Amino acid sequence: MNFVKKSPWILHYDGSSCNGCDIEVLACLTPLYDVERFGIINTGNPKHADILLITGSVNEQNIPVVKQLYEQMAMPKVVVAVGICATSGGIFAECYNVVGGVDKVLPVDVYVPGCAARPEAIIDGVVKALGILEEKQKFARKKNS
Amino acid sequence: MGKRTVIPFGPQHPVLPEPIHLDLVLEDEVVVEAIPRIGYIHRGLEKLVEKKDYQQYTYVAERICGICSFMHGMGYCMAIESIMEVKIPERAEFLRTIWAELSRLHSHLLWLGLLADAFGFESLFMQSWKLREQVLDIFEETTGGRVIFSVCDIGGVRKDISADTLKKIAGIMDSMEKELKEISEVFINDSSVKSRTKGVGVLSKQAAFDLGAVGPMARASGIEMDMRTQGYAAYGKLNFKPVVEKKGDCYARTSVRINEMFQSMDLIKQCIAIIPEGDIKVKVTGNPNGEYFTRVEQPRGEVVYYAKANGSKYLDRLRVRTPTFANVPALLETLKGCALADVPILILTIDPCISCTER
Ligand code: SF4
Repeated sequence: MNFVKKSPWILHYDGSSCNGCDIEVLACLTPLYDVERFGIINTGNPKHADILLITGSVNEQNIPVVKQLYEQMAMPKVVVAVGICATSGGIFAECYNVVGGVDKVLPVDVYVPGCAARPEAIIDGVVKALGILEEKQKFARKKNS
Repeated sequence: MGKRTVIPFGPQHPVLPEPIHLDLVLEDEVVVEAIPRIGYIHRGLEKLVEKKDYQQYTYVAERICGICSFMHGMGYCMAIESIMEVKIPERAEFLRTIWAELSRLHSHLLWLGLLADAFGFESLFMQSWKLREQVLDIFEETTGGRVIFSVCDIGGVRKDISADTLKKIAGIMDSMEKELKEISEVFINDSSVKSRTKGVGVLSKQAAFDLGAVGPMARASGIEMDMRTQGYAAYGKLNFKPVVEKKGDCYARTSVRINEMFQSMDLIKQCIAIIPEGDIKVKVTGNPNGEYFTRVEQPRGEVVYYAKANGSKYLDRLRVRTPTFANVPALLETLKGCALADVPILILTIDPCISCTER
């Protein structure tokens, strides 16, 4: 990654993860991996964010929260599901209070596998998401012109 | 009396990566009541024992919480081993202790960073997490995983650490001790940091006792309670004393955790000095039958595991009482009467782990 056209801002939401993936998401921001040098910032405000990073699966209680966060984000936006929990429910898929992966409620663009997903994999996922973001932007521009 | 306002805090909030919802009832700037609402991360792990057999469940137990993953696995394995009357090799016990203390180190460093972030000291946050990466590197070198490494198994541990690596770990502990001293200076002596933590959120000894606080929260209020003194794993052969403070404010809780980090490094070095040679695992056959309680001291406090087995592959019941769950009443108590600006710090000083609270 030697050139990024856009510095995306990230909104991180913890669905029902075990924290393993969350701390790896945070680890991406800290000195060893330091994605902040590319201008990638973890923001707490959905209105500022381009990429929604979700760790953990969804359940009845957090579905409205996840949906609300997604709806508050401005277009274009992409969703990255981090960890096997967010992609399919993973080890907890059989639990009574787990509905399944994030794609049950939101359109997911990038899936990052792993339990816990490694920071390298998460960064790779975000870079892939950037490509998709660009596509979406182009598409939106074409439609408007 | 001013007008009362209710401010919702969470479930998605910048200071905490995890979702917890609090309704803060305010009178002007002062919190008069905090009403928690949990359940955003509830998965129903305890009931999963009916679907995963007792050996598979080790992996689930490790995922109760990703931060103290190893200790959850260890607590569960200890419960099953005690039911099945398995005696694990001594070397395995020492290895468990080493990994457990490393976990405590990484968890406390993570917490220190988050605390710095909560009072807006960004570079201190980065420094703490930089230090933490060294611990994760040790995990990666010895087990292959960074946060969840599934190295504990019923009957022992899956991986051995070679003598060379052990020596290297001792070396890393020495150098880390110096670096940690530098950072902890800031937490202990810096006047701007002190102004945010000193005298904030005082929990008296009696209140801590009545509300059933555990771990650093109780120890900072003067209750000398540390499950490690029971001597599970190899702790019985090590020389240590629980870290206790009197004041019960945020500052005391910070210094308890900082001193525990130095203690952990010392314990790791003690283990490395006397670790015996030998096997790391015994073969376990058959199914468990009976019930057992284990108590393990995690970074956040005491965790209680209750397992009931019926002689089949699947357990009847597993109950986990996690430390944050026990600390929430104490948190609500300290929140009463604090300023709104102190709420993030107070929530952080119990070192909340919502994922294990709700399981
Ligand atoms: S994928 Fe694994 S590490 Fe990540 S949240 Fe799920 S159980 Fe935890």
